[in-house]
Amino acid sequence: MHSYDVLVIGGGPAGLAAAISAKKENARVLLIEREERLGGILKQCIHDGFGLLHFGEKLSGPEYVERFEDEFHELEIAYEVQTFVTGIQKKDDGFLLTAVNKNGVHKYRTATIILATGCRERTAKQVFIHGTRPAGVFTAGTAQHFVNLLGEMPTKKCVILGSGDIGLIMARRLTLEGAKVLGVYEVKPEPSGLTRNLVQCLDDYGIPLYLSHTVTRVFGEERLSAVEISQVDDKMQPILGTEEIVECDALILSVGLIPENEIAENLGVAIDAHTKGPVCDNRFMTGVEGVFSCGNALHVNDLVDYVSESGELAGKAAAEYRKTWQPGDKKVQLITDDSVQYIVPQKLCLDDSLEKVVFYFRSRETLPVGTLRMEVDGKTVYEKKYSNLKPPEMEHLELDLSKIQLTEGSRVKVSIQKGGAAL
Amino acid sequence: MREMTCITCPNGCTLRVEEKDGEIQVSGNKCKRGETFALAELQHPMRTICSTVRTAFAGTPVIPVRVSGEIPKEMIFDVMKEINTIVVEHPVKRGEVLLPDVLNLGVDIIVTSNVLEGGQENEHKAV
Repeated sequence: MHSYDVLVIGGGPAGLAAAISAKKENARVLLIEREERLGGILKQCIHDGFGLLHFGEKLSGPEYVERFEDEFHELEIAYEVQTFVTGIQKKDDGFLLTAVNKNGVHKYRTATIILATGCRERTAKQVFIHGTRPAGVFTAGTAQHFVNLLGEMPTKKCVILGSGDIGLIMARRLTLEGAKVLGVYEVKPEPSGLTRNLVQCLDDYGIPLYLSHTVTRVFGEERLSAVEISQVDDKMQPILGTEEIVECDALILSVGLIPENEIAENLGVAIDAHTKGPVCDNRFMTGVEGVFSCGNALHVNDLVDYVSESGELAGKAAAEYRKTWQPGDKKVQLITDDSVQYIVPQKLCLDDSLEKVVFYFRSRETLPVGTLRMEVDGKTVYEKKYSNLKPPEMEHLELDLSKIQLTEGSRVKVSIQKGGAAL
Repeated sequence: MREMTCITCPNGCTLRVEEKDGEIQVSGNKCKRGETFALAELQHPMRTICSTVRTAFAGTPVIPVRVSGEIPKEMIFDVMKEINTIVVEHPVKRGEVLLPDVLNLGVDIIVTSNVLEGGQENEHKAV
């Protein structure tokens, strides 16, 4: 049986970065990918804007991820594609993983596992749309797969529900290919995608955005023929009498992404209710020793550059696990209040890893000026002022916490204050 | 005064553009590129576009392409028309030029993926 130090599940940007960084630490690495090709979702994200932070260039999705693939191949990292993980058993010295592919069932021993399984789109079933069940209701990712990988147009005239980034990107893409995008409808009073995407995908092409609106019914027998749009009140409930029928042949859903953690849950990994990903420490290790998480499986990122960064950090930590650090049980949990939508990592290891801690967080509210504050036992130890904090735009923060006296009993609280409070 | 969102990088700065004594002043930008963007946006907005082109390969019916640099915003659909005339009949590499100097705009249409290069061949099997 093959034996590894680090086994990475998922060959998208997070998994590739994790495998590369573990290999650079001289770990024996295997990466398992269920699709035919490496690259994850970036294979179909043909638009540009990737890599400004990581490479300092504006690249398309395939260009960005293929740079990692090139390095992955140069390092001669072992991998299997079209291979599906069917089970993981915890053993005394690590894990026994079972996977299946066209050659049969395979078993691998590994000291650590990195979960880089990405996220999945919410579907029509998860947003409760009434009416018939005609063809023509797609998630934005499915529409993107049709257009960018299969070269097939899924619509001539469509409505987009939800203002997530993929929906905005697809509004532009379908317009460029000659389809009519009648509008983007968002149930919330604020858009959920990045502002720059509202500008370059909607405004540039004259596509209207309707806030506080939703699709309440679909019509059509074999194929979608129309949708019913309603305005919603401040509790996001449809307002009777505001219904409007819009004729179209497709309804494209961009209503959110959820981290994929079926494997994690089967392993008994605790999941954070806010991120929907594993609770992890600053080495990206989950609550189950030897199981790491990174990328969109950990929390949904808005920039791939941060997905790669978390993969890189998780890969290095997994390679060094039990070699340069022991999984000590001295950890402290961060406490947040309602001002913070979430913060990752949720726990800090009380050891020398505190010298460099990378945090990812989102504000609960849109704040023109806000201050992130970290308090230990009621005393402010760090503050940073931000302009334009918005829930759709994740913030990244790197801190040296080694100088702060932390114990297991410390109360470490993170909050966001309105305005620019001074220390 | 006019407000606009800079699309140059993920910061997406909110720019305030004002004319004062015949001079255009930009504020709200975190870097120099914000000013460049605002001025271009007032005079001659420029954009990049990405798309796909058809191939002769059944397993990979389309491959991704982009413009190698910015093009005038009003030329987007004209450039799309040119892109849609291209059919790739031989394996091409990432970065390869498919259509040089499209519509005399000084930019090329380039391939953005090695997918036709047969990425499966250099596969390293688990050992």
